[in-house]
Amino acid sequence: MSTTLPPQFEIVDRPLDTQMTISMGPQHPSTHGVLRLELVLDGEMIVKATPDIGYLHTGMEKLFEYKKYQQGIVITDRMDYLNPLGNNLAYVMAAEKLLGLEIPERAQVIRVLMCELQRIASHLVWLGTHALDIGAMTVFFYCFREREKILNLIEAASGGRLTPSYFRIGGLMMDLPAGFERRTKQFLDSFPEAVDEWHTLLTGNKIFQRRTQGVGYISAEDAIDWGLSGPCLRGSGVNLDIRRSNPYTGYESYDFEVPVEQDGDVWARYMVRMREMKESHKIAVQALARLKPGPIKADAPKVVLPEREAMKRHMDALIHHFLIVAEGFNVPEGEVYHAIEASKGELGVYMKSNGGPKPARVHFRGPSFVNLSALPHMAEGEMIADIVAIIGSLDIVLGEIDR
Amino acid sequence: MSKEIEQGNAGAAAEGTPSNSVTPSPLVTALQHANPEWVGEVREAFGEVTVIVPRERIVEICSFLKTAPGLEFNFLSDICGADRGPEEEPRFEVNYHLFSTKHYHRLRLKVVLTDDDTHVPSVTGVWRTANWHERETYDLFGVVFDGHPDLRRILLPDDWEGHALRKDFPLRGYEPYSLT
Repeated sequence: MSTTLPPQFEIVDRPLDTQMTISMGPQHPSTHGVLRLELVLDGEMIVKATPDIGYLHTGMEKLFEYKKYQQGIVITDRMDYLNPLGNNLAYVMAAEKLLGLEIPERAQVIRVLMCELQRIASHLVWLGTHALDIGAMTVFFYCFREREKILNLIEAASGGRLTPSYFRIGGLMMDLPAGFERRTKQFLDSFPEAVDEWHTLLTGNKIFQRRTQGVGYISAEDAIDWGLSGPCLRGSGVNLDIRRSNPYTGYESYDFEVPVEQDGDVWARYMVRMREMKESHKIAVQALARLKPGPIKADAPKVVLPEREAMKRHMDALIHHFLIVAEGFNVPEGEVYHAIEASKGELGVYMKSNGGPKPARVHFRGPSFVNLSALPHMAEGEMIADIVAIIGSLDIVLGEIDR
Repeated sequence: MSKEIEQGNAGAAAEGTPSNSVTPSPLVTALQHANPEWVGEVREAFGEVTVIVPRERIVEICSFLKTAPGLEFNFLSDICGADRGPEEEPRFEVNYHLFSTKHYHRLRLKVVLTDDDTHVPSVTGVWRTANWHERETYDLFGVVFDGHPDLRRILLPDDWEGHALRKDFPLRGYEPYSLT
């Protein structure tokens, strides 16, 4: 969808009438990582935009094949580094599917709680950087201040802010620390007013509206054809959320809405994510209320590490611990594709096992990878300033794209 | 209709053994009904359905699956290559993960390739999202997608030699990669 100039700005003389090809990136403050865009420009207007990725490729998928299943969990943190718990969850659930493990309820509730907190944190980075690119610099500080509270909670539970590796095949790494529920409740109580405050900064702002409405349009059919998922798809009017369509970890029992907007432009995707933050808050509150004492790891002594004290006192626990750590556990032969609704869209893990302790193939279907492939379609006919808004609205993370 | 298949996808335990079930999945039945030549081997395990399809027919199978009423696999989640190892025959697999935004069911189509003939027709004409997935599979495995509009490397540098995710490609590569 191209922008038309008012009549007094109509171009009457085109002395050069040539097209210029320039590189936006890989070092660029607005490309959200090491992304290179080859732009063919006609003045300010983009004729063709071609993403050139691979600057952050580190061969993670190959690494998985050389590590035992449980060792792979730490690799997954580094993919979408703004949503590491989501990556952990997808990987761990794929392995659990192959093993046929049944996860206890407390672990499932904590997984939902942590994933929704992580979703809020990821959307906060999106909001701060998207607004920053468009020019609203203050929003960045508000969002990162709030995100700090979530990162402190995740660090309390797992020891890591951006690399928690909190989930294990069969459950969690360890139980929530003392005081976690009180601190989480404190955060969740203050969160809805914070979202309303950010709305006052951007949503009614005429400049923000002019920069985002009508920009980067993609229709619902095109969005499905290009494989968009998550807020990018829901911003084009397609009501698809994997937490609703193919639920996992108990999401079917939580009460939340799936925000959908019809306009298909940057503004619609902005509104979807803003509303999603409130819905995530709703789910987190329900999960927190549901927490009951119970086991946090599945009953599978050959897969799940025993309790530390049990390992020190009982021979069988010691042997199991040793075998799991030293040799790994054998996963039944087969292949699974497990998809979750990460903060950016459908995060799918294809895991293939040959019956041994190391996977034969692990492939991550990163939502940012697929969302970025639709950029040339959305950016044609827009101006350079618009492409900055479009990239922000896609919410890409290069770690997930390049792996 | 296919929601029963999806219950197996929902989180908790599913039987880990491939089932030679008496009642095959309705997805497979629909495929067989349309054209029995399309269905090679069928594996149903872990709540998922995998159909091995002949390589030459992949485009017509995908077109059929995209539009057939009751199936309507309009969303291509992923195309994923896999290398079974240089000693295995057939060596390469290309998996197509299909999803329906209307019925919420999933299906995996698999094309198997031998080492000396790694060509597959491209499905970019069916779903445009296949474009980048096929480029990635070409880049990392060397599977050539005939008819792809722009088949070139996507993750590795353009002048890289070799296909990195093949089992015989060493983890640390052959030599330090120099930019000069």
